[in-house]
Amino acid sequence: MDTGFIIEKFILVAVIFGISLVIAMYSTYAERKVAAYLQDRLGPDRAGPFGILQPLADGVKMFMKEEIIPTTSNKWLFIVGPGLALLCACIGTAVIPWGSPMVIGDKVIPLQVSDINVGVLYIFGVVSLGVYGVMIGGWASNNKYSLLSAIRAASQNISYEIAMGLSIIALLLMTNTLSLKTIVEQQHGWHWNVLYQPLGFLIFMVCSFAETNRAPFDLPECETELIGGYHTEYSSMKLGFYLFAEYINMFVSSAVMATLYFGGYNYPGMDYMATLLGPTWAPLFGTAILFAKIFFFIFFFMWVRWTIPRFRYDQLMNLGWKGLIPLAIANIIITGVVIAIIEKF
Amino acid sequence: MESLSNKKKVLEQKPLSFMERMYLPAIAKGMGITISHLFKKEATVRYPEVEREFSANFRGMHSLKRDENGKERCTACGLCALSCPAEAITMIAAERKPEEKHLYREEKYAATYEINMLRCIFCGLCEEACPKEAIYLDGPIVPADYLRKDFIYGKDKLVEAPLEMKK
Repeated sequence: MDTGFIIEKFILVAVIFGISLVIAMYSTYAERKVAAYLQDRLGPDRAGPFGILQPLADGVKMFMKEEIIPTTSNKWLFIVGPGLALLCACIGTAVIPWGSPMVIGDKVIPLQVSDINVGVLYIFGVVSLGVYGVMIGGWASNNKYSLLSAIRAASQNISYEIAMGLSIIALLLMTNTLSLKTIVEQQHGWHWNVLYQPLGFLIFMVCSFAETNRAPFDLPECETELIGGYHTEYSSMKLGFYLFAEYINMFVSSAVMATLYFGGYNYPGMDYMATLLGPTWAPLFGTAILFAKIFFFIFFFMWVRWTIPRFRYDQLMNLGWKGLIPLAIANIIITGVVIAIIEKF
Repeated sequence: MESLSNKKKVLEQKPLSFMERMYLPAIAKGMGITISHLFKKEATVRYPEVEREFSANFRGMHSLKRDENGKERCTACGLCALSCPAEAITMIAAERKPEEKHLYREEKYAATYEINMLRCIFCGLCEEACPKEAIYLDGPIVPADYLRKDFIYGKDKLVEAPLEMKK
């Protein structure tokens, strides 16, 4: 545990934290732009060229707004809620391998904050924790709508976590490891898991829409029924934290999808590029590829949001319990049988 | 019973087929439609920079006209104020002095002439009522402002620019 190691990790953590905040910030801008273009509009274009400074203006606005804490709320939990939501959203990035190890001089720097051998479990734990921010915020507001919304969020997350976990088990049968780094290394070149597990990927993707409370599963913030949802009583930057947490969650689940199923930083022809660019720059190129995949998924999240109407709550539960869970179990059985046959012969 | 128009259609609610219950084909179709809109031309007009072309009979801000010698046409007869359904126009008449002959066409003129743009409904009845062809709604859109008093437009804003200034 030398100081060089600590400095190296500190820089990596700071960079990843900064990048995820910037991406969350510009996701709000992208969301509005994508929505506008899909609806034949222009979107924000007043602040700076093409409205590029809009997120900064929004941030300043959020900070300047009056901060209202309802007198009937549980004050401490009311303040903790948004912080917890944002914290849980941010720490998910710690185990994602952002690139293959980078060689600078004679030092090898892994582009991953920590390669824990239960990376997939860690992601699941963090994602499950995320609902606490929503729960605590909704409950501490002491408002019927907020509470209803928090209950919705909790039951939705629990229902879809099962199907998500089951879809991952089929993947783990193939990879034989829980370490995200190893899973990515197995997908070298174009051996992406999505080619072997298309059904698993589909289930995982639908579940991650539900886990991030995004449309068409955004029932916790369904304004026709619940005013603003769990953040009805929130104002100022606390509201900003909740909105931010949603976008960071979207970024993290895009990163997880890209890592688990779409080969992470791997791309066809990466060996040729590695000899061409050398050991210092090739990993960074891989990271750029990973980010391109992540941006595509973020765009996909938005694209779906502006296409599909919201599910009704009974439809949501039907789809989760009667549709996705049996499908995920069938996927496990098929995967297991196929693996057994291949190993036998 | 037979319906009178024969336009009635009896709808029966069929249970969803397997493909429909999967949602995915319908979702893929819907996403195809939305992505096609990404490449369509947007309908937005970026207003302050770009102005949409108005039709020839567009009624905008009023202007009080001058005659070919640059004299104000209005004689403060009050027909425009009388015809105004929104009661937006008020005026005070005054008698022309001999030395003001080059300013006003008739012997009587409007000393003050005010239109409350918040009351005005831009119906154009004032320009129809005017016997002297002195008022026309041929200007641009009335701009936004912060205070109610700033929407009461006096002669300084309504009267056309003098002839020599126009050139």
